[in-house]
Amino acid sequence: MTPYLHATDLACDRDGRLLFEHLQVQVATGDMLQVCGPNGCGKTSLLRVLAGLMQPADGQVVFASPALHAQRSERGGQLLWIGHATGIKDALSPEENLAWLCALHTPASREQIWTALAAIGLRGFEDVPCRMLSAGQQRRVALARLYLPGPPLWILDEPFTALDAQAVEQLEQHLVDHCERGGMVVLTTHHVLGQTPNRYRRLELDASAA
Amino acid sequence: MSVFVLLLKREARLLCRRPAELANPLVFFAIVVALFPLAVGPQMQLLQSLSPGLVWVAALLAVLLSLDGLFRSDLEDGSLEQWVLSEHPLPVLVLAKVLVHWAFSGLALVLVSPLLALMLGLPERCLPVLLASLLLGTPVLSLLGAVGAALTVGLKRGGLLLALLTLPLYIPVLILGTGALQASLQQLPTAGYLLWLGSLTALAVTLAPFAIAAGLKISVGE
Repeated sequence: MTPYLHATDLACDRDGRLLFEHLQVQVATGDMLQVCGPNGCGKTSLLRVLAGLMQPADGQVVFASPALHAQRSERGGQLLWIGHATGIKDALSPEENLAWLCALHTPASREQIWTALAAIGLRGFEDVPCRMLSAGQQRRVALARLYLPGPPLWILDEPFTALDAQAVEQLEQHLVDHCERGGMVVLTTHHVLGQTPNRYRRLELDASAA
Repeated sequence: MSVFVLLLKREARLLCRRPAELANPLVFFAIVVALFPLAVGPQMQLLQSLSPGLVWVAALLAVLLSLDGLFRSDLEDGSLEQWVLSEHPLPVLVLAKVLVHWAFSGLALVLVSPLLALMLGLPERCLPVLLASLLLGTPVLSLLGAVGAALTVGLKRGGLLLALLTLPLYIPVLILGTGALQASLQQLPTAGYLLWLGSLTALAVTLAPFAIAAGLKISVGE
């Protein structure tokens, strides 16, 4: 089976400091890949390189999706990215935020958005401006995208930040379900995952190179 | 196309919820123009001959002032990352964003300008030319400025650098805009100037979005 995402011989440096090199990453249907390592070892950089937000110093990232070959060499629309900064606007309500973020990939209906917000535990906050929400609630707004139609590959940088224990458990379950349904997840987190799908792997980035 | 309309609505909504930011360039424009009669003195003849340059330089600085923060909040809250990774072409998204920004800053300047021009003693017959030249010229100012804003968005204090990068690029628009007004003051034909301004606008609308998108990709990749 051809992997959905295939990265060969990746290297990355920040300001002349080598973070990693000769790194191979493959993500195929149903995979969950957890990138681990101490602070500053290049986890976020690796995720940004995989997502195509940053150019690697060496090597390349290839997507095997047929649509991509037909369209363009860029990674647009192939993956869903939720980084440290989530793309949520303070002045807009969760519903308005999600409607726009979904429109960037697959437009979602109002009902779908309300269902997603209810699923993530934000029922009743649909039209409150996001600046009135707590950090954890804002994180939930961003994560509500995972309950809406979108690309199969999710790249999540520290998705569990600011979530309470119950929400963490729920999100873990949702990620596992997504992988069981044939989706893919690449994530970084410092906490030990309570639930993992069958095709779960860890990628250890060591700090020795750093 | 629908994403273009959606983005227009979203950006307009965002701007409407922060009305102070909208008013700033407009008030700046009005105050700068109002300062000149105070500084130069109430000499009708002198003010009238200065007015084309005055209005244009003030408009140019006001647009520049409003552009500094154009992409900053989008970079900080991660919106730009989402745009870059969207399946829609970034130049289209960027064009929508700049158009909304222009409608709320440049277009507002155009609408206030007749009032300020009368204050400077510009004859009424010149007002159509003033409106037309600003209407054609301010989109170019917004689009060219957005290229600079895209390149400097990652810098903490990019304001001055933005001005240094962008102001030289504004020179052709300034020359054509003031030229049209001067010609109209002297009752000479102005169509040539306005057509040139129009072609600059067409050029900026078609080409600048690609430059802005490229600048944003660099800034996001940093």
